[in-house]
Amino acid sequence: MARSKKISVDRRGFLKGAAAGAAALVAKPEAAKAQEAAEVRRPSTPNPLPGAKQSAAETTPPPHVDVWTTDRPGSDFMVDVIKTLGFEYVAANPGSAFRGIHESLINYGGNKAPELLTCCHEESSIAMAHGYYKIEGKPMMVMAHGTVGLQHASMAIYNAYADRVPVYLLLGNIQDGPWRRSDVEWAHSVQDAASMVRDYTKWDDSPVSLGGFAESAVRAYKIATTPPMEPVVIVADAVLQEEPIPEADRGRLQIPKLTLASPPAGDYGAVKQAAKMLVDAENPVIVAGRVARTPEGIDLLIQLAETLQAAIVDRNLRMNFPTTHPLYGAGTVGGADVVLGLEVPDMWQVTHTQTPVNKFGMESKRITKPGAKVITIFAGDLFGKSNYQDFGRYDEVDLAIAADAQATLPALIEECRKLITSDRKAALQQRGAKLAEVSKKNRERDIEQAAWGWDASPVTTARMAAELWNQLKTEDWSLVSDVTFVSWWPRRLWDFTKPYHFIGGHGAYGVGYGAPAAVGAALANKKHGRISVNIQCDGDLNYAPGVLWTAAHHRIPMLNIMHNNRAYHQELMYVEDMAARARRGVDRAWIGTAITDPNIDYAMMAKAYGMFSEGPIDNPNDLGPAIKRALEVVKKGEPAMIDVVTQPR
Amino acid sequence: MKQLVFAAVFLAATLFAQAPAGDAANGKKLFLRDGCYECHGYAGQGGRDGARIAAIGLNAQGLIHYVRAPAGAMPAYTDKVITDQELTDIHAYLQTMAKAKPAKDIPLLQQFQK
Repeated sequence: MARSKKISVDRRGFLKGAAAGAAALVAKPEAAKAQEAAEVRRPSTPNPLPGAKQSAAETTPPPHVDVWTTDRPGSDFMVDVIKTLGFEYVAANPGSAFRGIHESLINYGGNKAPELLTCCHEESSIAMAHGYYKIEGKPMMVMAHGTVGLQHASMAIYNAYADRVPVYLLLGNIQDGPWRRSDVEWAHSVQDAASMVRDYTKWDDSPVSLGGFAESAVRAYKIATTPPMEPVVIVADAVLQEEPIPEADRGRLQIPKLTLASPPAGDYGAVKQAAKMLVDAENPVIVAGRVARTPEGIDLLIQLAETLQAAIVDRNLRMNFPTTHPLYGAGTVGGADVVLGLEVPDMWQVTHTQTPVNKFGMESKRITKPGAKVITIFAGDLFGKSNYQDFGRYDEVDLAIAADAQATLPALIEECRKLITSDRKAALQQRGAKLAEVSKKNRERDIEQAAWGWDASPVTTARMAAELWNQLKTEDWSLVSDVTFVSWWPRRLWDFTKPYHFIGGHGAYGVGYGAPAAVGAALANKKHGRISVNIQCDGDLNYAPGVLWTAAHHRIPMLNIMHNNRAYHQELMYVEDMAARARRGVDRAWIGTAITDPNIDYAMMAKAYGMFSEGPIDNPNDLGPAIKRALEVVKKGEPAMIDVVTQPR
Repeated sequence: MKQLVFAAVFLAATLFAQAPAGDAANGKKLFLRDGCYECHGYAGQGGRDGARIAAIGLNAQGLIHYVRAPAGAMPAYTDKVITDQELTDIHAYLQTMAKAKPAKDIPLLQQFQK
């Protein structure tokens, strides 16, 4: 997932095309010609009399060619700009507001770098980019209509925003009213396209010239990929896309050089203070949020944990730390005297409990020991917006370092090592040995718990995880889905050791993320030959199941295992809670939450989209052979699905 | 102190004494109808949102006591929505649920032993 610090700018493609485009200027629409002539006159000549070129054009008979064409539309230049940013893919559901760029990408751009991915919903496009980033470590571009497309995309953008994922979104829009050719184009145009998502994007711009587009497009990439990483929006005006590049621009348009900003590291004095608190602590605990941006982040967290012999509490937001490590999950925040939160977006929730939903009123209680100290290293402290409340409750901490955690870890590790004496090191080793015992017992407890309901139908999520692991453990695998809704069983049982073994969750818990994020992540895994596995919730898939077709169409190998509990189960439990509180109708919570009558046949759905499938499977003994058959398909480069009727969680 | 010891012994006797028999078949219907499976699983195996209750150690009286005033995040069910008799039947059904085999006897779980 490492990325280069600099991307060189290739202007040759543009300049070569610009020469050809200049030669074709004689063949163009009259309106455009007049507009261009006016534009050229304004800056260059105060004399209102026609020049020699214009006089010749007005007195020479028109050539017998199609005058309504150009081989150099503005969108070609936009594609030149896009190509310098190094995108592998651009995901889009087709839309008229970006038809110019669409055509330039596939013809002028050769449909390579980026390659266009055909999506059936803009929410899928964004979530695919979301999942792709978490494997590949760089953004995917998405194109959408500035109005109706963005409206479809908005929930997925919020997920990416809350998950600190850079998605590069290009919107089409017809800014100037007289250029809108129909009621459709009026309805599909907007004064300020990005305003709808400005509360949950990091930066946007609506450039009004091709030169402005180049600068803003490069700037947007830099902003999106500087921690805290977030989605950005660039609006590509349709007139700029579709009209020929003005002659006056052809020799002077430039694409700025992209230089990515280095991530912000913590203040040295604050880092030294944190190191002293951690080394002096008797029982420090490290809470890992979105720490590892690259594989190096995992190595650094291992180094810090081993240097301190401190337990890791993982929030399952990224692949931060090996689940096989003896310090993984070996401590609790409540037992710590110093808590270090690394890129934890909800530190207050980590350090407090609240009145649960089964009781009236609201009280909260700090769960850390009296006198315990809390340190945070959090890039979120460098950036924030107010309307959407994903920032969580304000937490009183003892030392807050506003910085990127991964970039700060080398200095923190170094300072900790400087402070550890040989006596202290011996004490830390003893602590580490005790923590290893705790970790071992946790695992044994999980294995014993997995045995309960082993032969039950519907299939337990523990059995499903065990059946999968039985066939994945000898493969180069990648879990491209969250684990929240399957009682975290894969994370409790499987050996997560490599950076691509896990991608974390939704960000903002916006349902509908799962299937497309998995497809995007699987696409990133494809060139590495990894087996991508998606444990797919049924409710999530039904938001935009067309992404199954996208996976089949683009030959994206992935094993989809349906977690088919036939309900919006989280909501079912909440309604049950409310009914119990109200002392009535606890037998009616299924109304509006169950996905039954009829049961959805996901195997048939997958087949309809062109995907190999089996199921529904409700006998756990049938699951292993079905996984084997599906994996044979996946190894041939195709997606496959097994519909498993499962226990609720 | 004596009072505390007495209270503890009384509570233990109440919660773990031999329970009166309930109707397990009706208990199964109620287990599904009233949503016990939602958090505890169809097999009572437990999960993210509820404890394991298959082959529960509490007697029926203990179960009723807990359901009326749960200690954790479980909603409290009053006798208006589930009667004592219905909970006794559910308890009888929970007693019929299979206990887990030892993990060492399940080959697929042995792969996780380190």
